[in-house]
Amino acid sequence: MAKRILMAGNKAAGEGAIQAGCMAYYGYPITPQNELTGYMAANMPRHGRVFLQAESELAAVNMVLGSAAAGVRAMTSSSSPGISLKQEGISYLAALQLPAVIVNMQRGGPGLGNIGPGQADYWQATRGGGHGDYRCIVLAPHSVHEMFSTMTLAFDLADKYRMVCMVLGDGRLGQMMEPVEVPDNVHPSPPPKPWALNGCSGRPAQRLCSLLLDENKLEALNARLQQCYREVQKNEVRWEEVGVDDAEIVMVAYGTSARVCKEAAREARKAGLKVGLVRPITLWPFPAKPIREAAARGARFLVVEMSAGQMIDDVRLSLERPAEVHFMGRTGGNVPLAPDVLEYLRQMASGKAAARKDY
Amino acid sequence: METGLQIAYQKPQSLRRTRTHYCAGCGHGIIHKLICEQVDEFGVRENTVAVAPVGCAVLAYDYFDFDTCEAPHGRTPAVATGIKRALPDRFVFSYQGDGDLAAIGMAEIVHAANRGENICVFFANNAVYGMTQGQMAPTTLVGQQTSTTPNGRDPKNEGYPIKMCELLATLQAPAYIERVAVSSPQNIRRARKAIRKAFQTQLEGKGFSFIEFLSPCPTYWRVDPVTAVKELERRMIPVFPLGIFKDWEQSE
Repeated sequence: MAKRILMAGNKAAGEGAIQAGCMAYYGYPITPQNELTGYMAANMPRHGRVFLQAESELAAVNMVLGSAAAGVRAMTSSSSPGISLKQEGISYLAALQLPAVIVNMQRGGPGLGNIGPGQADYWQATRGGGHGDYRCIVLAPHSVHEMFSTMTLAFDLADKYRMVCMVLGDGRLGQMMEPVEVPDNVHPSPPPKPWALNGCSGRPAQRLCSLLLDENKLEALNARLQQCYREVQKNEVRWEEVGVDDAEIVMVAYGTSARVCKEAAREARKAGLKVGLVRPITLWPFPAKPIREAAARGARFLVVEMSAGQMIDDVRLSLERPAEVHFMGRTGGNVPLAPDVLEYLRQMASGKAAARKDY
Repeated sequence: METGLQIAYQKPQSLRRTRTHYCAGCGHGIIHKLICEQVDEFGVRENTVAVAPVGCAVLAYDYFDFDTCEAPHGRTPAVATGIKRALPDRFVFSYQGDGDLAAIGMAEIVHAANRGENICVFFANNAVYGMTQGQMAPTTLVGQQTSTTPNGRDPKNEGYPIKMCELLATLQAPAYIERVAVSSPQNIRRARKAIRKAFQTQLEGKGFSFIEFLSPCPTYWRVDPVTAVKELERRMIPVFPLGIFKDWEQSE
């Protein structure tokens, strides 16, 4: 029997990771994700698993690297400034083709910013973030239950493709409480990891290294990585559509912004406006198809983000012909409000909207 | 065929037959061999996971014939922590140079030591960054010329050499800390004994052990190999005294 539990998003991510068979968690304090670290401190040892508070974000991500290299499911979590510090380790994880899960409960930036929710780490998450040609799979839950269920998907994808899978939430999703359906008797089954470093008993010694001084060997590694990323693009694009089929205006938003847009879309429909929503679930690979198809039908677009405009780049890159793309964003830890989005939709519908609405 | 001859000396089984990339007179080769000897002696080759640093010893996995992982610069003890915590029954050691350990990786080494991680850390101190053309290291001697201290290290500008054994010995958790030198047959025998003690410390679950090796770098000390070991004994040992700084057996 599944249990229905009222939980905050941060704790739901922790419980989701435990259910997904995460064997090692390494954290470092930063708001607004501390409840996740606290949840793991309280619960990982109870399950006989590893919890360790690291001395820094750098140490935490490199402990993840060590545990991932040893062949176990490992994760860390943080919020924007801490994720910046983890980029070194993420680049190494990508180069070593190590599976790992990293949760980013984004906050207001740049710099120290504030502890309000943000979505301004989109570029960092979807373009790699650290040095070199690499990608992370980026998942964007938009509810507390989805925060929970996404963790199993994150570990499964990380293992399947030997990649870093980032769960991109925000401070609002981390702090808000909603019911979570927690199933019983979950038996995660990570695939075999013959590449793991666990002692060379019965096999030749092996290594994990990204230092390839021979240019052609390093190019071959890059070719393998790109081949893997193409597979991910082919197989793993996920999104949700709400009322897109007949929509004249299609909103594109993820995470907390998508919740706001769902409400705005409902109200717009009541007011007789043909409005739909594409909610990317994978931010990388980005769901270009529903946007391309809506554009082919002549739809116009409104991208809503808690940033100065980052995902809008991917919406534009998804188009194969010119289309009207509007943007509405809040920054600084602010969340766009549904009535404001609705008002902008009305202006768009009546042809009065400027191409951009900032605060 | 029975010849009556006995093998008096041979390459450790855990050391690969590899053409060395180290410079003439470098100490890393000696330290690699001493570690591999103990891997053989304790019979842990198939149970070992090592972590290689960034620096001259970045290619350690070309020499070690057991599982070895790369680590970002200075994060070696954090990677070793992640391996050991995931697989507590494996023998885990990290290998680092002075820039990796005492500059960029200072936080990682201090905190791994302070947690008493049940790992061994082997620290090659040659008072210079060898991999990147001989810059000043945290352990560079006062007055020592390097590519970034062309007039010699000036304490007014660059401070003094950091003594890692003494620093880590202030912590409560570490089980075994010793400084040795690979400068003479006598000192190398002492180094072998120190490594053996470090292995024993981990295998008996006593916790964190740290062996610092004073090691010659003729290339960036700009002397010949014979002069380098003489210089090591004449100039380095007075600043970095050899000896045991912490021993769980003495405090038990």
